[in-house]
Amino acid sequence: MSLVVRLRSAVCLLGRFPALAGVDLDVAAGETVLLSGGNGAGKTTLLRLLAGLIPLERGEGTVLGVDLGADRRSHRRRIGLVGPETGCYDDLTVRENLEFASRAAGVGADAVDESMAAFDLGRLADVRHGRLSTGQRRRLALAAALARRPELFLLDEPHAGLDAPARSQLDRVLRETAADGRAVLIASHELDLVRPVADREVVLVNGQAAGVLPEGSPQAPAASQPSQPSQPTETPETPGIPEPPGRST
Amino acid sequence: MSLLREAALIAGKDLRIEARARVVGQQVVPFGLIVLLLFAFALDPDRGVLTRVAPGLFWVTVLLAVLLGVSRAFALEADNGARDALRMSGLDGSSIFLGKAGALAVELLAFEALLTLGVVVLFDVRLASLPPLILASAAATVGLAAAGTLYGVLAAGIRARETLVPMLLLPVVAPVLLGATRAWEASIDGVPGDAWPWVGLLVIFATLFVGIGMLAFGPLLEES
Repeated sequence: MSLVVRLRSAVCLLGRFPALAGVDLDVAAGETVLLSGGNGAGKTTLLRLLAGLIPLERGEGTVLGVDLGADRRSHRRRIGLVGPETGCYDDLTVRENLEFASRAAGVGADAVDESMAAFDLGRLADVRHGRLSTGQRRRLALAAALARRPELFLLDEPHAGLDAPARSQLDRVLRETAADGRAVLIASHELDLVRPVADREVVLVNGQAAGVLPEGSPQAPAASQPSQPSQPTETPETPGIPEPPGRST
Repeated sequence: MSLLREAALIAGKDLRIEARARVVGQQVVPFGLIVLLLFAFALDPDRGVLTRVAPGLFWVTVLLAVLLGVSRAFALEADNGARDALRMSGLDGSSIFLGKAGALAVELLAFEALLTLGVVVLFDVRLASLPPLILASAAATVGLAAAGTLYGVLAAGIRARETLVPMLLLPVVAPVLLGATRAWEASIDGVPGDAWPWVGLLVIFATLFVGIGMLAFGPLLEES
C-alpha cells in the first residue's frame, strides 16, 4: 500500500524549543491513525508540519509524494486540515464558506452539497458563520475540509464540541474516507471516541513517537519506537505505552 | 484554476464580506466626510484657500482611508484562524495578492467617488478636465491598494500592526500623494497637459508595486 506520510527523525522547532524531537511516522493510503499524547506532546505541531504550515528543521519528511524539506506548499490543495479554529469567515454563510473552500481547492460544486449533507448542514446553508453555535461551527469546519475532497485529512480534536448525532456523522465520514483509500490522522485526547475508527494509535511523548498500538501493527514502522532508551513509565492517557526519558517542557 | 480566476475568487469573497459588514459604508465613508468637514471648518474664512488645497486634502483623506482599508482587509483573515485556511487553500500567493488588492481598490474607488462629491460641494471645486483626473485617480488607487496590501501582509502577524502599518506605508506612498495631488491640481485648473507627467509617475508606481506584490506576497503570507 502506498505511503501518504513518511517521516524520519523529523525535528520541528517552535522558537528554540524542539516541539518535535525526532519523529518517525508512516501512514498509508486508506489508513486512519490516532495521534495521542498529553498536552504539549507535539500532536498539533505534527499536524501543522504535515500540512506544511511550519518548516521541517531536520530529518526527512514526505507528504503525498512531496518532500517537505524542499517544498511545503504544493501539496496543501490535497489536504483537509481542521484545527482548533474553523478557518471560516463570520460574514459568509455556511454555503458560501463551503463554496469558497471547494472552489479554492479546484473541486466542483457538487462537493459542497455532499459535505453539507454529510454533516447535516442543509438547514443552516444560509446562516452566517458568525451566528452559528460552537458545535455547528465545528461541523462546518469539518464539512469545509471534506468539501475540498482531500487525499489526506489532518484533524485536531475533531470531536470537540460535537453532540452525539454529529459525532456519529463524523465517524461515518471517517469510515467512508478510509474506505475511499484516503488517509486520516486524528490528534485527540478523546481516545474512547477515536479508537473505534482508528486502525492504530501513535503515542507522542515530549515530541517523539513513543509507541504504537496495537503492537506489531503491520503499518507500524519499527522506527516509530523512541530513539532513546525508554523508561517503563506510563502516561495517564495511554496506559502501557513506554515514555522516553523526560525532557522538561 | 488560472491566476485571474483565483484572484476573482479572493476579491469576490472580500467584497461580499465588506458588503455584509458595511464597514466601508458605515465607518470609512463617514470618516472621510468628517475629515473634509473639519478641514472646511478650519479653513472656512478663506474659500479660495479651500479650493486651492482641495486636491491635497482629498488625497490625504484617501491615504487615511487606505490605512483603515488595509487594517480591515487583514483583520478578516485574523479571525477564526482564516489565515491558516487561506494558506491551506492552495491558492497561489500572487492570486491572493491580486484578489485582495483588487477588492481594496474597488472599495477605495467607491470611497473616492463619494469623497469627490464632498469636495465639489464643500470646497466649491470645479472639475475642469475629467480624463486626466480619472486616469490619475485610477492609477493612484491601484498603487495605493497594491502597496497597502503588500505592507498589510508584512505586518499581519505582528501585534503592533495597527501602528506599524502607517509608519511603514505612509513614507512609501508619498510619491502617490504628490503625483495625484499635482494631477488633480492641473485638472482643476484646466491645464490638463500638466497632469500627464504625473499620471505617468502614478502608472509607474502602480506597476512597480503590483509586480513586487505578486512576487513577495506569497512568501510574506507564509511568514506572517
